[in-house]
Amino acid sequence: MIPSDAPGTCLVLEKVSKHFGGLRAVDGVTLEIRAGERRAIIGPNGAGKTTLFNLITGEFPVTAGRIWFFGQEITHLPPHRRAALGIGRTFQITNLFPKLTVLENVLLAVQGLRPTKYVMHRPIWGYPELQQQARHLIERVGLWEKRDLPLTNLSYGEQRQVEVLLALAGGPKLLLLDEPTAGLSPGETRVIVEIIRSLDPTITVLLIEHDMDVAFEVADRITVLHFGRVLAEGTKAEIKANREVQNIYLGAGTGS
Amino acid sequence: MRNGAWIRNVTVAGGVVVLLFLPHLIPAYYTHLLILTFIYGLMAMSLDLLMGYTGLTSFGHAAYFGAAAYAVGILTTRYHVHFSVAMLGGLIVAFMMALIFGLMATRATEVYFLIITLALGMGVWGLAYRWVSVTGGDNGLPGIPPPDLGLPWSLSDPVNMYYFVLTFFTLACFFLSRFVHSPFGLSLRGIRESESRMRVLGYHTWLHKYTVFVIAGTFSGLGGVLYAFYNRFVSPADVHITASAEAVLMVILGGAGTLFGPVLGAGLVVFLRNLISAYTRRWLLILGVTYVLVVMYAPGGVIGAMKGTFSRLRAKMIPTPVPGGHPQKVKLQRENPDEEVLTR
Ligand SMILES: Nc1ncnc2c1ncn2[C@@H]1O[C@H](COP(=O)(O)OP(=O)(O)OP(=O)(O)O)[C@@H](O)[C@H]1O
Ligand SMILES: [Mg+2]
Repeated sequence: MIPSDAPGTCLVLEKVSKHFGGLRAVDGVTLEIRAGERRAIIGPNGAGKTTLFNLITGEFPVTAGRIWFFGQEITHLPPHRRAALGIGRTFQITNLFPKLTVLENVLLAVQGLRPTKYVMHRPIWGYPELQQQARHLIERVGLWEKRDLPLTNLSYGEQRQVEVLLALAGGPKLLLLDEPTAGLSPGETRVIVEIIRSLDPTITVLLIEHDMDVAFEVADRITVLHFGRVLAEGTKAEIKANREVQNIYLGAGTGS
Repeated sequence: MRNGAWIRNVTVAGGVVVLLFLPHLIPAYYTHLLILTFIYGLMAMSLDLLMGYTGLTSFGHAAYFGAAAYAVGILTTRYHVHFSVAMLGGLIVAFMMALIFGLMATRATEVYFLIITLALGMGVWGLAYRWVSVTGGDNGLPGIPPPDLGLPWSLSDPVNMYYFVLTFFTLACFFLSRFVHSPFGLSLRGIRESESRMRVLGYHTWLHKYTVFVIAGTFSGLGGVLYAFYNRFVSPADVHITASAEAVLMVILGGAGTLFGPVLGAGLVVFLRNLISAYTRRWLLILGVTYVLVVMYAPGGVIGAMKGTFSRLRAKMIPTPVPGGHPQKVKLQRENPDEEVLTR
């Protein structure tokens, strides 16, 4: 039985594990994400959330288990092939091109899935459609005036916005967001949350989030990871009511 | 941007005109040094594609230069082929070598890349030194004839040779500057800044690194081809690790990631070496000291230092402009419909 054959299923993980030496960072995780679903993944530090993302994008090979994306097995595909299928991600620790300008950062993302990226004999400014799309994305977060600044000159909050822009540029079907609001002020967090909420509803979103308010606001369903295993999965209400979850994660006062 | 392009075009055109007249204005000895600057400049620019643009420091870049030079030497002195065939042969040898060595080197990153390229370069030197029947061993390959263009001008005249080398140098500059500003060139800088991000954006990063490795090797080979014709003698010293280290110094001295900076670096190394060798034989020591001084005090090289001075001067003269702050564009941005979605 391969559950991924069900229509409308975006991502399926079957008993996926990742061991680092003796450490079982991800330990037999089985997940099924519907197309268009907004799923939050929560869990304490070191639960294996980021590692799980790295397995989905192909950054690490799995130790065991299989992964399907829209019915196609991707367990052994390299990261760039998975990106081409429509998997985009952001990083928990900002991972951009610091010395390149904002525009160049976004251009790299825009051309990432196009054959244009192999062109060697024409200058990049000779591609109006690339420039146009990059401009559209940058304007979306109001950074167009700063397009020619090196990325390092942006504030941390602005860099986190660019982090999301790069993941959106390729028009992903599945978007993996690894703590996109970590370290942001409430105002900056709103900007990111609104970007996520304004996404095309057909895009499937997997969100790792420590901020419970954000997780509950954005997600339809929630998966709780603990020591590399799925501890609980359900709707917001189910998760809030779950005793085990309250004990290990939410703590007192959050279950209101 | 338009304004910048205009200034750049005028500068380039002016530079070319100066270079065209230069050999008639300066002593023959300096013409000789300029020819060497163009030749080593090709090696340095091609190395900059790896070092400055892609972030891969190769310590064996003289191998492709030397292999191409040897190929020209062998083809002309032993098989007496036409110079165009020898040139093509030299380029193909450098290309093939980069194709094979690249498979081994580009799998590795950072210091491992450096070590592998170093080892491969030393292998090539060993071959040049030991394979006496083909390379002439320690004696090298003397007597390489200058190209016979079939024209009234002989290339044994250094001034004519100057124009011959300048032609290829200019063409290479043109192609390389198109190359670094292309989408592919941008992808290399992306790999330098964050390879893991590039992968999830859909780039097959290894393929990009391998491709630029082969291109860099081939352009280094073009330098080697011209070197063989100009110097008329190739020896193991041309593929020695010292030659590779000099290439690295040229890039750092001129400014990594600036393409033309390394040509300046090549000029500095060529002039330094020739001026200093009149006084001392401790060239290696001076090479090392220069290297350390540049890394410590001018990590951006000559170009980096010039840019720094220039922007400081400009900051003094003009009040700080808002970056990209053209009034109309600010307005456009405010009218952007997406803004409403975000501030809903
Ligand atoms: N490349 C690696 N090599 C070795 N161990 C690793 C590696 N990456 C992660 N780990 C370990 O795997 C475990 C899970 O790490 P992971 O980063 O997935 O946790 P996380 O749930 O994302 O935590 P956080 O909330 O702190 O981001 C941790 O114990 C971590 O130290
Ligand atoms: Mg994490």
